[in-house]
Amino acid sequence: MPSICFYFQVHQPKRLRKYTIFDINKSHFYETDEANGSIMRKVAYKCYLPTNELMLELIKKYNGAFRISYAVSGVAIEQMKRFSPETLDSFKRLADTGCVEFINETYYHSLAFLYSKEEWKRQVAQHNELMRQEFGQEPTTFRNTELIYHNEVAKAAEELGFKTILAEGADKILGWRSSNFVYQPSNCDNIKLLLKNYQLSDDIAFRFSNKGWASYPLTACKFSNWVHELDGNAETINLFMDYETFGEHQWEDTGIFKFLYALPEYIFKNPSFNFKTPSEVAAEYPVRDRVDVPYYVSWADTERDLTAWKGNYLQDDALEAIFSLEEKVYRTGNDELIQTYRALTTSDHFYYMCTKWFADGDVHKYFNPYESPYEAYINYQNVLKDFTQTVEKELMVQTA
Amino acid sequence: MNMSKILMYGWEFPPFITGGLGVACYDLTKALSSLGTEITFVLPTMKGKNPVNSHLHLLDTNDLRVPNYIDKSISYEEFMEKIDLIGINSSLRPYITEDSYQEFINRMYESNTITEEHIQKDFYQFNISGDYGPNLIAEVFRYAFVAGSVAADVEHEVIHAHDWLTFLAGVEAKRISGKPLVCHVHALETDRSGINVNQQIFEIEKRGLEAADQIIAVSYLTKNSIVNYYGISPDKISVVHNAVSKKKSTQRTNSVKKDPDEKIILFLGRITFQKGPDYFLEAAAKVLQKYPKARFVLAGSGDMINRLIERTAELKIGRNVHFTGFLKRPEVEELFASSDVYVMSSVSEPFGISCLEAILFDVPVVISKQSGAAEVLQSALKVDFWDTEELANKILNILNHKALRKELQAQASEELKHIQWEKSAQHVIEVYDKIKKQAAVCK
Repeated sequence: MPSICFYFQVHQPKRLRKYTIFDINKSHFYETDEANGSIMRKVAYKCYLPTNELMLELIKKYNGAFRISYAVSGVAIEQMKRFSPETLDSFKRLADTGCVEFINETYYHSLAFLYSKEEWKRQVAQHNELMRQEFGQEPTTFRNTELIYHNEVAKAAEELGFKTILAEGADKILGWRSSNFVYQPSNCDNIKLLLKNYQLSDDIAFRFSNKGWASYPLTACKFSNWVHELDGNAETINLFMDYETFGEHQWEDTGIFKFLYALPEYIFKNPSFNFKTPSEVAAEYPVRDRVDVPYYVSWADTERDLTAWKGNYLQDDALEAIFSLEEKVYRTGNDELIQTYRALTTSDHFYYMCTKWFADGDVHKYFNPYESPYEAYINYQNVLKDFTQTVEKELMVQTA
Repeated sequence: MNMSKILMYGWEFPPFITGGLGVACYDLTKALSSLGTEITFVLPTMKGKNPVNSHLHLLDTNDLRVPNYIDKSISYEEFMEKIDLIGINSSLRPYITEDSYQEFINRMYESNTITEEHIQKDFYQFNISGDYGPNLIAEVFRYAFVAGSVAADVEHEVIHAHDWLTFLAGVEAKRISGKPLVCHVHALETDRSGINVNQQIFEIEKRGLEAADQIIAVSYLTKNSIVNYYGISPDKISVVHNAVSKKKSTQRTNSVKKDPDEKIILFLGRITFQKGPDYFLEAAAKVLQKYPKARFVLAGSGDMINRLIERTAELKIGRNVHFTGFLKRPEVEELFASSDVYVMSSVSEPFGISCLEAILFDVPVVISKQSGAAEVLQSALKVDFWDTEELANKILNILNHKALRKELQAQASEELKHIQWEKSAQHVIEVYDKIKKQAAVCK
C-alpha cells in the first residue's frame, strides 16, 4: 500500500522597510506594513484561499482518504492575522477535518540552528505553542527551515521528542537508494526521516507550466501513471513543495488547480495507493535503512546546500552580527526587543543577500524585494545598527 | 563571414588626442583588428607625430589633399551649401564647455569663410588643429570635406564614424563611395547639455544618424535617447556596450593617505552639468555628518568648478573636499589606487568606462542609474543621481562594512572578466556583416 505524502510550506517573511543610515536613532520601526500587507493579501487571493477551499472540497469528497500536511511559519500566521484573517480561518477549518497534519518548524523560519541551538529551541517551542493555539494540534513532525538538515538537526529534534523529521532527498545523501522509503538518521533511534522525492515534487512545483519540458503539459492522469509505476518499489512518495506553487508560482491559467483537483481521482484508480500525512507514514512503515548526513543539505537551488543563505561575505557578516547580539538582547528581558531580534533571524533576509544569481538561476531575483543583494545587506545592516543601539541603551537604562 | 575592410573616422586617438572617446576608439579598433578586421582610421591630425606599433592604418587629414578633378568631386563651397545647417555661424559648445563665448562667436565667423590660401592649383588643403577650440565647428566641416574624400582612394566595404565630430565625414564618404555607413554614438548633445542643447551640434548628429545605415549605441540609455530626441527608428540601432582593457599597474597603494581611518571618495570627470558633480558634493556633506574623516576628491576641470567651490564653502566642508583640476594619466592612476569609493553621479552617462577602470583598481563603485555602465554591471551600487541621501547612505555603508567592500570587489572583478573589448568587437562585426548583407541585397 504505497502512500502519497504531501507537505506544503506556507511562509511569508516580514520584509524590512527601506531604512537608510539616516533613519538610525530616528525611527525604530523596521518593517514595511505596506508591502507585507499587500503581498499577504495578494498571495491569499491567488493561492491560500482558493487552494484551501479546494483542499477542503477534496477532503470532503473522499471522506477523509485525501490527507495532507502543512508547515505554516509563525511569521506567516502573524501576518495572516493582521492582513488576511480569513486565510487563517480557512487553515483552521482544514485542521478541523482531522485529515491535515501541522508540522513544527522555527516560528521565525530562521537559520537559528546554524548559530545558536538555544535560540533554535526557543523558536521551535514558540511555534509549537502556536500550533496548539491555532490548530489544536501537538506536532510530532519537525522540519527545519528550508529543509536544512544535518545529523545534528535530527539529533536535536529527537531530543525534543519529535517522531518524524523531513529533509531533501538529495542524491548526495541517498546515493543509489530511493527516497520512497522511510529512513532513520544514523545517529538516532527514536526519530524517522522522510525524504523528498525531488523528481516528482519538482515536476509539479517547477516544471508544471514549462512549455519547453518534454512532458508538458502535465496532467493528473500522466502524473498518476508515473506514481503508479512505482508500485512495488515504494512505500511513501514524499511530495514536498511551497504551497505558493498553487496559484502564485504556477498561475491559475496554467491549469494547476484543475490538476490538483483531479489528482486524487487518478491516484485512486490504482486501489493500492493512499494518502498519508508524515506522522502517519512514519507510524505505518518500517525503517528500511539508516542515512548518515554529516554535512548540511537543504532544498534550495541545484546545490542543495546552504549557499543560498550563507557563505558570501555579506551573508556571513550579517548572520554573525545578528547572532552575536543574542546574549545582550536576552539580558534586557524586554519582550518587544526579543521578538524584534528573532524576526531579524528569518532566513529570507540572508537569502536576499545571495550573489550566486549573478551567474545562474534567477529564482532569487524573482523573490527578492531588493534591487540587488548589496541593497539587501545595506538595509539590514542599517536596521541592525539601530537595533544594536536600542538594545545597548536599554541595558544602560536598566543598570543605571 | 569574410573579414571586413573598414574606413573609420574618429576625432580622438591616442597618443595624438586623448580623451575618453580616444581610449574607446583605440581599444575597440585593437580588438577589431585582432579579429581580422582591416581598418583605415582617419584622424583630424597626428600633430606631426609618427604612430608606433599601430594595429591599423592611420591617416592624418592635414596630409591629405583633396583633388578637385576626381569623379563626384565638388568644391568646398558646394559642400558647405549642401550642409546648409541652421545657425551655422552661431556659437559652438564643444565637449569642454567654457564660461565665455564671445570670443568663439567672433572667431567662428572668420574661420568659416574660406580664403584663397586654402585653394591650391588643383587641390584643397587645410590645417586642422583637432583641438576642441573655438574653431571646432569649422574644423568639423573641413575635416568632413577632406576626410570624406578619402573614400575615393581607400578600399573599404563599410564606413564607420565615431560621434558627431566625424558623422559628416562619414556622410560625405558615403556620398562618394556609396558604401554603407555605421554611426557609432558614444555621447549625444542631449547628454552633454541637458535642456541647453546646442542646435548646430544637434543638427549634425541628426543628419548623421538619419544618413546612417546602422547605428551603434553604447547603451540602451543612449539608444532610447536616439529614438526619443532624434526621431530615429529603433530598428537600425544596435547596442554595443563598451568594455575596459586590463592595465598592468593596478596595485592598490596608500601613498596619498596618512591616517588609515581616513577614507578617500573619488569623483573623476569633467566638472560639468552632465557628470553631476554637484550631487556628489551634496552627498559629501551628508556623509561627513556621520563620517568626519572622509575626504572627497573631485578630479577634473569644467565650467561648474567655481560654483562648486562656492557651494563647498557654504556647506563648510572645505577641509574635506579637494579640487585637483585636470589630471594626467599617472596621477589619475595613483588616485584610483588610493581611493576607497569611486562615485559616478552622472545626470546622463551614455556609458562611463571610468567606473570599470575603478574596478580594475579594486575600488568599490557607486554609479548613477542614469548610466550605460549600470546596464552591464551588477556588482556596483546604483543610485538615482538626484538622490543624494541614498548616495550618502551607500558611501557610508561601504566605508563602514568590510564585508560589503569585499563582496563588491570579489564579484566585480569576476564580472569584469566578461566585460571585454573582444566581445564588443564581436558585436560590431555582427553589425558590419548585417549591413554588408543588406547592401548586397540592395544591389
